[in-house]
Formats: sequence, C-alpha cells, structure tokens
Amino acid sequence: MDKVIIAQELSLSYNTSETIINKATFSITSGSFVFITGASGSGKSTLLKSFYGALKPALGELTVGGVQMQGISGKKLNFLRRHIGIVFQDYKLVKEWNIEKNVMLPLLINGYARDVSEIQVKKLLTHVKLNHQSGKYPLELSGGEQQRVAMARALAHNPILILADEPTGNLDEYSSKVIWNLLEGAVSQLKATVVVVTHHIPESMNIGYKHFHIEYGSVYEIV
Amino acid sequence: MRSFKNHLSLIIALFTILLTLQIFINVDRTIDIYEKNLNENYSIIVISDINISVNTFRKIDPMISNSEEISPKQVIQKMQKEIKSKSINLHKIKLPKFYRIHLDHFPTPDEVDTVTLELQREGFIKRVESFSHNHTTVYRLLLLFKWVVMIFAVAIFTVTTLLILREMRLWQLQHHERMNIMALFGAPVWLRSAVLFRLAIVDALIATVLVFGAFIAAEHYGISKEALQMIGIQIPLFNPTHDMPILFGVAMSLSIVLASLIVMGHKEEV
Repeated sequence: MDKVIIAQELSLSYNTSETIINKATFSITSGSFVFITGASGSGKSTLLKSFYGALKPALGELTVGGVQMQGISGKKLNFLRRHIGIVFQDYKLVKEWNIEKNVMLPLLINGYARDVSEIQVKKLLTHVKLNHQSGKYPLELSGGEQQRVAMARALAHNPILILADEPTGNLDEYSSKVIWNLLEGAVSQLKATVVVVTHHIPESMNIGYKHFHIEYGSVYEIV
Repeated sequence: MRSFKNHLSLIIALFTILLTLQIFINVDRTIDIYEKNLNENYSIIVISDINISVNTFRKIDPMISNSEEISPKQVIQKMQKEIKSKSINLHKIKLPKFYRIHLDHFPTPDEVDTVTLELQREGFIKRVESFSHNHTTVYRLLLLFKWVVMIFAVAIFTVTTLLILREMRLWQLQHHERMNIMALFGAPVWLRSAVLFRLAIVDALIATVLVFGAFIAAEHYGISKEALQMIGIQIPLFNPTHDMPILFGVAMSLSIVLASLIVMGHKEEV
C-alpha cells in the first residue's frame, strides 16, 4: 500500500529553545483512518500543522503525498494543499461569504467550472442537511451547523487527504455523529486518507483505524 | 451592509485625497494664470536716442520677448499747450524714443536688476525705468502665495498618508482571516488577493467619479467663479480631459499600493 505521510526522525518546534515533537518516525497508509491522541499541549495540533505545511520540520524528514515538506516552495505547498481537505475546531469559515461560497472555495481554487461547482456544492450541502441554508452566512448558523459546512468544504474537491483538528470538540452529540459519519464515508467511499487529532476516539467507529499517541514529544503507535 | 461599509471607508479616504488634490490643481492653475497676467501687465520703459528693433533688445537680453514703441503723442500734446505749433515738428524730431519692453516670463527682482543693468550698459539707451519697487512687492506676494500653497500641499500629503496608513491597518484586519483560509486550501497569492484588488479598483473608480461630480456641481452653482473673475481669471474647476486621468491615476496608484502592501505584509498564521 502507498504511504501518504512518511515521517523520518521528524522534529518540530516553534522556536529553537523548545522541541514539541522529537525525532518521530511513522507512516500513514493511503486510504486509512488515523487518530492522533495525546494530552493538551502534547503537540497533536503541531504535528497536524506540519502535514499541511503551516509548520516546517526543524529536523528530520517529512513527506506528504510524495512531497518533501522541508524547504518546500510556496508554489509546491499550494499545489499540495489543493489535494488536502482541512477541518478545524473553530471551523475557519469566511464570515463575509455565504455557506454556498464557503463550500465552493476549494472547487474554485482547483479551477472547477462554476456550474460543475454549483452542482457539487448542492450535493454536499444536501448530504450534510444544510441545503436549505445555503444563502445564510456562517454567523447565522449554530456551531454544529458551521462544522458541517466546514466538513462539506473539506470534502468538496475529493481530496486525497483529510486532516481534522478536534472536529467535534465544540459540538453536540447529533452534530458529532454527522461529522464522524462523514469522515468514515470519506475513507470508505471516497478512498481518502483521514487523519483526526482528538482527545477521545468515538466508541461507535464503523471502520478500522490506526491510533498514534503523543507523549513527551514522542509519537507511538497503539496497536 | 458590511460589504458596503468596507467600500465606504476606502472611498471616503480616497475622496478626501482626490478632493484636496483637485483643489491644489485648481490653485496651482490659478497662480499660473495670475502670474501670466502679471507678466502681461508688467513692462520696462526704455528711453533711447535711436530706434531700437526688437532683435536688438533680444541681443541685449534674451529674456526680452517683445518691444513696442510708445507714441510721443501724449508728450507732444502736453507741449502743444506751451509751444507754438510751427516748432512742434522740430521737437518731434528731437524727442527721444520711448519703448515699452515685455519679458518672456514674470521676472524675479534679481532678473529685473540684471535686465536693467544690461540695458543701461548700452550707450544709446538714456534711461531705463523698471518700476522695481512695485514689481518686488507684487513678486513677493506671489511668492508668499506659492509658499502657502506648497505648505498646504505638504500638510495635505502628510494627513492623507496617515489616513492611508490607518486604512491599511483596517484592511489588514478585514482581509487577513479570509486570505489565511484561502491559503489553507492552496489558493495562489493572486487569487487570495483578487478580492482586495477588485475592491481597490472599484473604490478608486467610485472616488474619482464622486470628485468629478462634486466639481461639476460646484461649477454649475458658480462656486468661486466670482472670486476668480475679480482677479481676472477664468478657469474651469474641472477639466475632464486633463484632470480625470490625473485623479483616476492617483486613486488607482494609491489603492493598488495599499492592496499590494497588505498582500506583501500578509503572513500565514502558525
């Protein structure tokens, strides 16, 4: 099986004095569902940031989708990100755009035609049960609804990799269930790779998954 | 409403800048015409024994643009009252030649002194009257006026720079989040900043049209027309073919520089 993410002796830090992730070596197979857990401040989100290039490796090697992340150029990083879908705990929706435009964003960036994008957005919004809200703005929706919009946006361009940073952290039970179902569906139906940073792995997972745990800067696989 | 507010803040800043720029253009234009009028009315009187052609004057000083002989009629008329008519022809012959000479621009007091000295140096010129005292007073007034306008322009430039910088900080806050989100999904810099540049171009266009409208209205209602006519000046408050490209160019340059600074200053959050 192809590896989507390969880390070799990977170290991450925001400044030279403190290392957050220390010489981590692991890999993530294409089409798998992966959880990354750890205590608060252990470096879960930091590791996830390195996967989408917001943080460059301090030492070691990191390859995402066949692209070397150390010293990656802006152009290459943009290219890589066009094949990644990201979901954040704080949703990161553009407040001055309506729901439809927010979901359409990755499609427009990837150069899809407007009419094709509109059909895809409609399909996704129906899937997350928000089609009737497409003209609304993010701040007019509840937290759970906003996260469903963010989820639809992450799936819109059929990415090879979906990264989610505590996607259900602020959500009620119903919205959490919708998000987990969508993430599972991304693996089982779209054959994407999903990496989720979370405090708790849901008990009712319907597909197999890999589990990495971070402690004292080291990344362990829990079998 | 929010989007309208985004537009309004830059439009107001640009409108203020363009309005003051257009006022400055008009003041500058008025001073230019006033200076030309002063020059047309200013002349040096030369009294000579012989006939002097305009070319001879120009050889003495190239600043001299024109000369005209003053008819001795007035002098003769005065003399007529005192002297018998048969002697008048003789006097006519013996009278010196009077010339009024004009310069190609309104001279500085130093230039007046130089021309006067150069004329006096010629043996055939008996007397030169440059009315230097009056000229110096008018010249100093003009100079003062120019300085006031210059200081006004510098003050406006400083205020508008501060206005633009303030606007830039507001824009940075407004657009930072959207540009960050777009970057997360791999949007190239041009696409991230497209909204910003579109906003800048539209606002520049709106601000220019508003200033154009304001000056056309001012012209229609005759604002400042009387004051200008009192000093013999007639200028259009807004010359579309000349002023429109300047104002639109300035508005475009300012807003594009503003947008570019925001794009260059944008750093992705880590």
